[in-house]
Amino acid sequence: MVNLSLSLLFNACREPDIFIQPEMESTGDTTRTEVIGFYLLNEGNMGSNKASLDYYDFSSGTYTRNIYQAVNPEVKQSLGDVGNDIKIYGSRLYAVINCSNLVEVMDAATTKHIGTIQVPNCRYLAFKDGYGYLTSYAGPVVVDATKAQIGYVAKFDTTTLQIVDTCHVGFQPDELEVVGNQLYVANSGGYMVPNYEHTVSVIDLENKSRKTIDVVNNLHRLRADRYGQIWVSSRGDYYDQPSRLYCIDTKTDKVTDSVMVAVSNMWIDGDSLYICATEFSYITYDTEVTYAIVNVKTHEIVTRNFIQDPTVKIDVPYGIAVNPKTKDIYVTDAKNYVSPGTLWCIGQNGMAKWSVRTGDIPAHICFRFKTEKI
Amino acid sequence: MSSFVFYILSLSLCRLAATRRTLGWSQRIICVCLFIICVHPIWAIPEPESDSISRFCTLDEVTIVAKKQTGVIPAQSLDGERLQELSAHSVADAMRYFSGVQIKDFGGVGGIKTVDIRSMGSHHVGVFYDGIEVGNAQNGTVDLGKFSLENIESVSLYNGQKTESLQSAKDFGSAGTIYIRTRRPTFEHGKKYNVIVGMKAGSFGLANPSLLYEQKLSESVSLNMNVEYTYATGRYPFTIKKHLPNGSVAWDTTGYRQNGDVNAFRAEAGLFGYLPHGKWHIKGYYYQSNKGIPRAIIRNVWTSSQRQWDRNAFVQGAFQYRVGRRWEMQISAKYANDKMRYLNPDTTLMYIDNTFLQQEVYISWANQVELFDWWNLTLSGDYIYNTLSSNMANFVYPIRHTALVAAATSFHYKWIQAQASVLGNFVQDRISNHQSTTNNQKPCFTPAVFLSYQPLLKEQWFIRAFYKQIFRMPTFNDLYYTDVGNIALKPEETKQYDVSLEYSKQFTLHDAQGTKIGLHAKVDGYFNQVKNKIVAIPKGNSQYRWMMMNIGYVEIRGVDVNAGLDFTFPLSTTSFPLHLKVSGNYTYQKAQDFTDSNNPITYGGQIAYIPWHSCSALANLKWNGLSFNYSFIYVGERYHNSANIPANYEQPWYTHDVALGYLFKIRPAKNKVNTSFDIDTSLEINNIFNQQYDIILNYPMPGINGKFIVKFII
Repeated sequence: MVNLSLSLLFNACREPDIFIQPEMESTGDTTRTEVIGFYLLNEGNMGSNKASLDYYDFSSGTYTRNIYQAVNPEVKQSLGDVGNDIKIYGSRLYAVINCSNLVEVMDAATTKHIGTIQVPNCRYLAFKDGYGYLTSYAGPVVVDATKAQIGYVAKFDTTTLQIVDTCHVGFQPDELEVVGNQLYVANSGGYMVPNYEHTVSVIDLENKSRKTIDVVNNLHRLRADRYGQIWVSSRGDYYDQPSRLYCIDTKTDKVTDSVMVAVSNMWIDGDSLYICATEFSYITYDTEVTYAIVNVKTHEIVTRNFIQDPTVKIDVPYGIAVNPKTKDIYVTDAKNYVSPGTLWCIGQNGMAKWSVRTGDIPAHICFRFKTEKI
Repeated sequence: MSSFVFYILSLSLCRLAATRRTLGWSQRIICVCLFIICVHPIWAIPEPESDSISRFCTLDEVTIVAKKQTGVIPAQSLDGERLQELSAHSVADAMRYFSGVQIKDFGGVGGIKTVDIRSMGSHHVGVFYDGIEVGNAQNGTVDLGKFSLENIESVSLYNGQKTESLQSAKDFGSAGTIYIRTRRPTFEHGKKYNVIVGMKAGSFGLANPSLLYEQKLSESVSLNMNVEYTYATGRYPFTIKKHLPNGSVAWDTTGYRQNGDVNAFRAEAGLFGYLPHGKWHIKGYYYQSNKGIPRAIIRNVWTSSQRQWDRNAFVQGAFQYRVGRRWEMQISAKYANDKMRYLNPDTTLMYIDNTFLQQEVYISWANQVELFDWWNLTLSGDYIYNTLSSNMANFVYPIRHTALVAAATSFHYKWIQAQASVLGNFVQDRISNHQSTTNNQKPCFTPAVFLSYQPLLKEQWFIRAFYKQIFRMPTFNDLYYTDVGNIALKPEETKQYDVSLEYSKQFTLHDAQGTKIGLHAKVDGYFNQVKNKIVAIPKGNSQYRWMMMNIGYVEIRGVDVNAGLDFTFPLSTTSFPLHLKVSGNYTYQKAQDFTDSNNPITYGGQIAYIPWHSCSALANLKWNGLSFNYSFIYVGERYHNSANIPANYEQPWYTHDVALGYLFKIRPAKNKVNTSFDIDTSLEINNIFNQQYDIILNYPMPGINGKFIVKFII
């Protein structure tokens, strides 16, 4: 037994912990357009500290997993815990790392670490005129009995990365968009179950005046289309109220329509609003999956299943994006949340072009253009 | 189907037994006494709860107890001195020295520690405290870090089940079972009381005073009382280091573990009595703790402020009586009242202040009927009543009625010993939310068969085998936890197949001194299946939505090896012999996840946190009150997910612990028992090479640490 322990000591010892190196995979699909690639932010399960960044290069058709660590080996504990949003603005790439309480700011071309913006429990990002706007759940406690904390939007300077202003919104604010000079914020109230929030906050960026638009419980996604409309989704209450999509006209700031479709994630490209959804039913004890397209001009559901390919097997559709040039649809599969996910590329004909393995919980995609758009 | 197989099997067993009887082979086999020297505690068959009415004769260090071996499959067991010699604070720490066991440990004295036997999952582990199961209807697992070794006499692990004749239906009810037995009062001749005052102090603010008092009330009744307080700051340093592919350090950071403090108080009192044809005991238990919950060490956030308060109280008792020459019964009962409060005061996150109250009533009636000297029947019925209430929103206040009925038959003829049993499980839940609903689980019947064959009666060779099928009920959390629970869950099922070979021998060398040697070795090979495994799966559109589903399927193939050697060297220069004990365990497990055949990365992968190789070794050298202990634990490479890819790789870890002890015997007046006392002192140094390791991803474990223990034994 002593011999065994000794041999184990020599043969099965710990080795220095070495960074996981990037892994490359070719899709065999090369396209050259103004859209040169995209970043994919993997959330990583809570507590695992496994948020990671992948990159897809269109011209070579190469998917590279886990690029951040190799470029930034000096950053302690890498990207952090739970990636929640990713955006490019100017020459910089911004990744919101929710449980690490920060936004990681990188060079958009190289992903070299530039700095961080520290905001507790930060959620989603939007940009306008050199400033970034970031939602956070972690405002001051406003109801002593339940310790309910109001959410806020932090405004930061994209050159200095300093917070310059904050503005309270509703409880647990999620996605946000700037239309004209108005900032629209979807409030969820996710910590207040069953007393969800049901409003969109509207902030005038010039005079900071605020108002709210009453929509429905537990709002989450919020995207603007090219017709001055805001599309906002509700998660539902998981019991009686199903997940739904609502339309707000920003000229009147009124809810103008609702579309009978569940929404987990969405992406607007031109007139098409692409939706993927998993909705759990307490009646069937099963999840129903939808891949829908809504025409934002007519408000009609064009299809409820844009994936026609029977070889596409997705457990949990989680992230969605559409290439603005090729119109290819990218849908991510988060599987069981703790093992690596999959990214599927679906053509406009509904057939799969390719799929690749990603990090844990592939979720958020942002495209890179040949000349970075401001 | 399986119950049918069992029926056929038990019929054939009866027929076989009957044939033997007509041949006139019947003997009083059950009373075949087996002499087991307690210097082999790791593999000694622990003295069954049900025997040894006269346990008062304790000799010096080598205790020889005559036992009737009533179990078919022996336990792995640590008891008496061996248990105290381990550098272990809690029962969970001691479990690391058993084969086939994996511990989930979040680090430090206050960190949660759960046990997984042969990779079937911690929900399949039954934990018995003084013969009665420690229930947790809420989440189905028991934190073994809560049970300090202070007053523990033995810890035993049974794979499959304990296979004695007189046992409650609950004893049949788990895939693997841990029996924790607290100290029973025993008195040296002429003594009426025992007092032990102890103090442990050590690294990370550990202070652990304890007091034990035992009183002989009459010739047949004795009392014991034990109180213990544990305090630790849990503030230990840790280092995380990452390297570049060329081997140079990329970054290296050191921190202190935050919010790992623990304040725990435990008090127990018991009465033990003997009757002409039976025995009884009753005990009260109270445990209260207030501890911080350390968080995963992630980028930018190393602190946490979550706290947990536990209050566990129970009263339990058992009465065992021989009704006639051939009928023995045992009645046990328990009432438990457990309160848990969890607080997250950090308002940058979701503020949570939840309180859960669980109550349990347990009644058991176990019977053993000796049909013939070589053939026993067991019939036991248990009833358990569980309730859970909470201040959570949308809580459904579940109430569970469980009836368990076990029927078993065991026989023992010379070289063959066998038990076959069937357990019936009847569960009815009631919940009240908008309206009252009843949720009846389908009755399940599960069989088990155990065989032991000793080819040569003069040699301690044993070939054993067992098959066991058992369910675990979905817990209250699985079924009814607000938003996560799934009322449609089915029980999770395990099947175990095991074959083992065991050999032991004691002999004296014909050398000048007459060195005594004891050796022992045991090898188990097993195959387990876990079906309908209850797994949390994502339900909706964010990480905060999960759902419990019966989707998992795991197959486990394993080998457990235990071996030990004991030497007693009589020294010519002194009257005290030198004792050397060496033992070791090795476990190989291939535990594969066959849940999702569409996912080639996880399909067939080794399940989370199960190493292929693990082992432990213990060495103890003892001479006249002086003792030296060395222990070693090794857990090989693992992955923290069944996707066995580099990103999920976990390094092996291994710790070396040493301890030096001396027992001072203070004898002021000769031959007067009442004025003499002992002082037992020891110094432990754990993780002597200061290895920085994690058992669970991002939960660093303590590096080198020490402890000083002093006990006054009066």
